[in-house]
Amino acid sequence: MDLLTRLSESLQGGDADQVAELTRQALAAGLAPKPILDQGLIAGMTVVGDRFKAHEIFLPDVLLAAKAMYAGLDLLRPLLAKAGVATGGRVVIGTVRGDLHDIGKNLVAIMLRGAGLEVIDLGKDVAPERFVAAAQEHGAQVIGMSALLTTTMPVMRQVVDLCRERGLYGKVKLIVGGAPLSAEYAREIGADAYCFDGVNAVDVVKRYLGTA
Amino acid sequence: MRPTVHLLSEELIERIVAEARDLLCTLGVEIHNPGVLELLHGHGARIDAAAQRAFFTPDIIDRSLESAPHGFKLYDSLGQEAVDLSGDRTNYTPGSAAITILDHGADRSRRPAAADYVRYAKLMCGLPNLASQSTAFIPQDVPEKIQDSYRLYLSLGFCEKPVVTGCFTVEAFELMKDLQLAVRGSAEALAARPLTIFSCCPTAPIKWSDVTSQNVVDCARFGIPVEYISMPLSGFMAPVTMVGSLIQHTAETLSGVAISQLTRPGTPVLYGGSPAVFDVRYETTPMGDIGTMMIDCAYNEIGKSLGLPTQAYIGLSDAKLLDAQAGFESAAGALLAALSGINNCSGSGMLDFESCFSLEKLVLDNEICGSALHLLRGITPKEDFPARARFEEMLAEGHLLISAHTRRHLRQEHYLPGPVIDRANKSRWAEEGGKTLGERARAEVERLVAAHRPVRLDSGVKQQLTRLMNAAALRAGIDRLPVSI
Ligand code: B12
Repeated sequence: MDLLTRLSESLQGGDADQVAELTRQALAAGLAPKPILDQGLIAGMTVVGDRFKAHEIFLPDVLLAAKAMYAGLDLLRPLLAKAGVATGGRVVIGTVRGDLHDIGKNLVAIMLRGAGLEVIDLGKDVAPERFVAAAQEHGAQVIGMSALLTTTMPVMRQVVDLCRERGLYGKVKLIVGGAPLSAEYAREIGADAYCFDGVNAVDVVKRYLGTA
Repeated sequence: MRPTVHLLSEELIERIVAEARDLLCTLGVEIHNPGVLELLHGHGARIDAAAQRAFFTPDIIDRSLESAPHGFKLYDSLGQEAVDLSGDRTNYTPGSAAITILDHGADRSRRPAAADYVRYAKLMCGLPNLASQSTAFIPQDVPEKIQDSYRLYLSLGFCEKPVVTGCFTVEAFELMKDLQLAVRGSAEALAARPLTIFSCCPTAPIKWSDVTSQNVVDCARFGIPVEYISMPLSGFMAPVTMVGSLIQHTAETLSGVAISQLTRPGTPVLYGGSPAVFDVRYETTPMGDIGTMMIDCAYNEIGKSLGLPTQAYIGLSDAKLLDAQAGFESAAGALLAALSGINNCSGSGMLDFESCFSLEKLVLDNEICGSALHLLRGITPKEDFPARARFEEMLAEGHLLISAHTRRHLRQEHYLPGPVIDRANKSRWAEEGGKTLGERARAEVERLVAAHRPVRLDSGVKQQLTRLMNAAALRAGIDRLPVSI
């Protein structure tokens, strides 16, 4: 079995030590970081994602694989940066002001990170201003907002409006989620997408970044 | 004999409680509320202010358990006793705070409005197996600021039953308390005859937010009963094992009992919760899962062992439509809760992980709850010994339909459900339109809403309620409520 296939398989098995070791071996063998990333790590995560959707494996297996992926990605990142290869995007995420539900938001953040994205998590009870300021400060491509209360979801509209005011609208993708949200509501307030769960959020963000 | 289900041995209960107490004292409780930290400090808890943590003492826990009442009663808006939350009495109440409503025949739920809420409250008056109402869903045609309080106003305006409710913010408490004071006339009268229960949620693991801990304190100040809704999500925000989740639930709930009792000893509380097994395939918190129900029944045993009345979110379903899954999950929960002796079971009418309310399901659930309450009456002899005379009568008459014994006991011995439960033979069923369960439930909803009689509160009280609500509406930026009582 070739090295990258083994790398992909140890990632699928969630073996972080093995992933780090095989990544080192691949680099030592003279392979470029980009194919190690694509044919080793990302190939492994793609299998994991498909098997999760097919209910062959469960969320803990996915998160373990993601953790293993980072063991490899952390070694590749500096080299990829040097070679000018982008390693994913940046997402600013938070639960909107007045709302303390953060379990779903946290899970989405974990899964986005698992997919290789950089996530700036602003926590819960986040004021509109902070979403926008953080997106500007970190040059994020996506803002993710969570609300679990009917009484707090209108805060999302304020974030959308503030993005318009600051000239971010259309440049930064705005995604929303949480029990009271819906695709219609997202459309109504001018957000780019509604995501119903973490897997869905990963798909949508990857589509926006052109890495799907 | 009351039929009963047990899931935990006494020894296991003791170990769980001991472990939870240890967590409260050594790991501590994160509380994002300086006032509550101060309160605990005043009673001997060590505080780590930077980490917003309080380390309880065994004494705090013991004293809280001593002063918490072993049971209490709720009184309707006219002051009549309506719900007894003590011993092993089981009561049912609708699920609370749904986001959407499912109309009969619709394949998608929608956002509810005030007019829907009025229909709900009117319907509640006609459902005898649901002893209290709850603020079941959020009318979305009023500003967010008053969405939680407006439900209580409408509930009080259209149904006399006591109300299970809660606030979404610290500020909302004031109005929701004033509405109750308007009904009872004084703070003393309200404390003597509680009208509502407020749901207050700790956050997993073993934390309290500013809002929800303040709600606990504010309720205690007025003697308003509180149910703590701890939500360990097994395998995600709680250990994956039932016992591990129970330890967490016990710690979170005991911390709530302490906040109430230290604020005002004797405040009525319910040892409650809404735990769930986390579904690792769908990222959801299924209320209809058998494991979820097992945790509910098990913590009920723990609460009872501590001498406290109990509550659970049980008897509801994750189905999206009023289908067989909805019936199965709701009935399983309602029956288990009854057998376990949970004092207040919240859930009737609810679908979709506590997100969606259906009036038709409420009618069906009323029958499920009625059946469960019937089961609890158990089997006791009623003029059955000696038996010979009865059989002689049957042999002589050819039947017992008009026997005096039958007429004396028929209504107690048999549970006769309403028309939503199909009992007709097939031909009669066909002749009467071959109606589906949904259609029968729909017809019952219409019949009961039409049969509604105005609430018998004094007109002066009603006017006062409306004055309070109108003032809040004005502050929230509207000069007219969609519906007034
Ligand atoms: C757990 C829970 C809590 C916990 C929250 C703990 C925490 N740290 O988050 C606690 C106990 C603290 C809590 C408190 C309250 N809660 Co609560 N809570 C829930 C419950 C049962 C489950 C939510 C959850 O965590 N689900 C599991 C996660 C994994 O799923 P999720 O949140 O839906 O997230 C997924 C998707 O929605 C999506 N998603 C979510 N966010 C985002 C964001 C982005 C960017 C993307 C892409 C995707 C995405 O992906 C996630 C992963 O799959 C819901 C019921 C429900 N139907 O949702 C009620 C619920 C939301 N709560 C409710 C209420 C009323 C409250 C309280 C007001 C109760 C009270 N009086 O104290 C307080 C809130 C106070 C406040 N100001 O915020 C109501 C809301 C009613 C309404 N109409 O608005 C609900 C619907 C229950 C009910 N019917 O009563 N709650």
